[in-house]
Amino acid sequence: MTQTTEGKVYDVAGQDWDELVETVTESSEERLVINMGPQHPSTHGVLRLVLTLDGETVTEARTVIGYLHTGIEKNMEFRTWTQGVTFVTRMDYLAPIFNETAYCMAVEKLLGITDRVPERAQAIRVMMMELNRISSHLVALATFGMELGATTPMIYGFREREMVLDIFEYVTGLRMNMAYVRPGGVSVDLPAGAVDKIGEFLKVMPKRIKDIRKLLDANPVYTRRTKDVAYLDLTGCMALGITGPMLRAAGLPWDLRKSQPYCGYETYEFDVPTENTCDVYGRYLVRMAEMEESLKIIEQALDRLTGPLKGGPVMIEDKKIGWPSQLALGPDGLGNSPDHIAHIMSSSMEALIHHFKLVTEGFRVPAGQAYSAVESPRGELGAHVVSDGGTRPYRVHFRDPSFTNLQAVPATCEGGMIADVISAVASIDPVMGGVDR
Amino acid sequence: MSSDNLPGVPVEETPEPVARTGMFGASGTGDTSGYGGLVVRRAPRLSSARPYGSYFDEVADALEPAFGDAIERVVVDRDEVTFHVARERLVDVMRHLRDDAALRFELSLGVSGAHYPDETGNELHAVYHLCSITHNRRVRVEVGCPDPDRHIPSTVSVYPTHDWHERETYDFFGIIFDGHPALTRIEMPDDWEGHPQRKDYPLGGIPVEYRGAETPAPDQRRSYA
Repeated sequence: MTQTTEGKVYDVAGQDWDELVETVTESSEERLVINMGPQHPSTHGVLRLVLTLDGETVTEARTVIGYLHTGIEKNMEFRTWTQGVTFVTRMDYLAPIFNETAYCMAVEKLLGITDRVPERAQAIRVMMMELNRISSHLVALATFGMELGATTPMIYGFREREMVLDIFEYVTGLRMNMAYVRPGGVSVDLPAGAVDKIGEFLKVMPKRIKDIRKLLDANPVYTRRTKDVAYLDLTGCMALGITGPMLRAAGLPWDLRKSQPYCGYETYEFDVPTENTCDVYGRYLVRMAEMEESLKIIEQALDRLTGPLKGGPVMIEDKKIGWPSQLALGPDGLGNSPDHIAHIMSSSMEALIHHFKLVTEGFRVPAGQAYSAVESPRGELGAHVVSDGGTRPYRVHFRDPSFTNLQAVPATCEGGMIADVISAVASIDPVMGGVDR
Repeated sequence: MSSDNLPGVPVEETPEPVARTGMFGASGTGDTSGYGGLVVRRAPRLSSARPYGSYFDEVADALEPAFGDAIERVVVDRDEVTFHVARERLVDVMRHLRDDAALRFELSLGVSGAHYPDETGNELHAVYHLCSITHNRRVRVEVGCPDPDRHIPSTVSVYPTHDWHERETYDFFGIIFDGHPALTRIEMPDDWEGHPQRKDYPLGGIPVEYRGAETPAPDQRRSYA
């Protein structure tokens, strides 16, 4: 303990706990300011909360962010438009496909090629996004359970998510940060066997979701920690710019997939689940129902990919934009297809030059600015992209839903119990990679 | 340059290209393949004339009677509408956009910034994306300010969500939002110097432990374009 002008400061750094409890008990101070994070298991990464407590009631909650700022937006200004994909995929690392799609849609808008992206590529994007939505919601659920002290939802959530990551690895070569969606389409077509793998997932998953529902939906311990906790109504959501499951748990069926469809979402049949409880439990129910809806979309997308869209191109036909080579799985991993290598190395000098120029220099994007948004698992993920006519972005800004939604921490926590801060933050489901970028 | 090589963009105007030089020490563009000749050259659209098309005319109709003088120009490009607003009137325009029954842009998607060092007297821009849930529409509002006098009124009173977004734009561009409740840095450390997203922010190279070599800063590296 040290005495400062603001009051006594107690350090909690691995000393004898009994001693600390004793000194704090002796203190007559009612108001207590505690620092939670940035290294705290239940703060979703490096979120820091400064809480002012009166007894066990939180009177003031301040959020401090920036511990994971990596300057992705600045870095992208020195890479080609295509390389930008490998950067944005690392922002919200639980929803990489959404970052990539939002960015690529903005670049396509700037190029004026939105209508020329092949339908098969759009269907693959939709399918991958919905798989990603499931994996992201499962992490939200798993970490939430763990933070409330229940390890079973954690085990369930991560086990189920593993199936999705296996599919991602099978299709793209990587479990996370895949850089799979590219301007003009996707980097590689579904490999042989992917359809079966996803079909198997579709068969298993409904039962697994049911299991989690059986475990939590009516669990008295769970409902007492979640019902009427972290209340935020529609007016509050609107003022704070909150989107996603939090907004839908306040009763507004606002989902960009329905209201402003992209990638052909208007052709899929699904519902937008809502609740009107405005609390943590409502947000949980919305996420669960969204996973079930996602399964429906994946099934429809898979039907199209194996039916009418079978064998179609997955990259725009314009050779001046589309990545020159297709990826193929070789003995040393995923790389340029041997056919393409043979073509550029031994049969066509022009193809080699073209490949070199497009890969090193990249394509130019006409000057102007565009904003495109997708419904990510956490809400509206928008990409504001500016071009000066060059081969590199002039400015890229991501409107990440985690960043905006985190502003709801004071509104949902102040006046409540300190234990409910954990549920409140978990129900926002912030991903610090997306918050800080 | 044949037109079928170009992505779907009109070729009515072909101003000077944005050319970066320096490939393998070449003095020109260094382009021996002809690929560089396939450049799509089009200056950014600076303003559009009526009719704007889509719902943009209706939005402009609802905005112009009261704020015709505040709107400097309207740009319709790539199916998006941008209203460039004078900074003195920004808060009034935003409040009208939010409250007027014909507009009702209830949801703001935050503030983005951009730095255009070449636009003398209007270097720093704050860009607001608004969404109307009632009418299912989107607009973009853009405000500029000169670099020596980088002040823009804060819109937190209209859209509370701008709190963090304005802090972020201040942090990265140095735009001072007058009237913000607590305009402090948000992503960078409190004692950081400079505003990293500005184009004149020094990038710095990385010393390499090899005979005094140094990796040059990203903007000074060899560029292929």
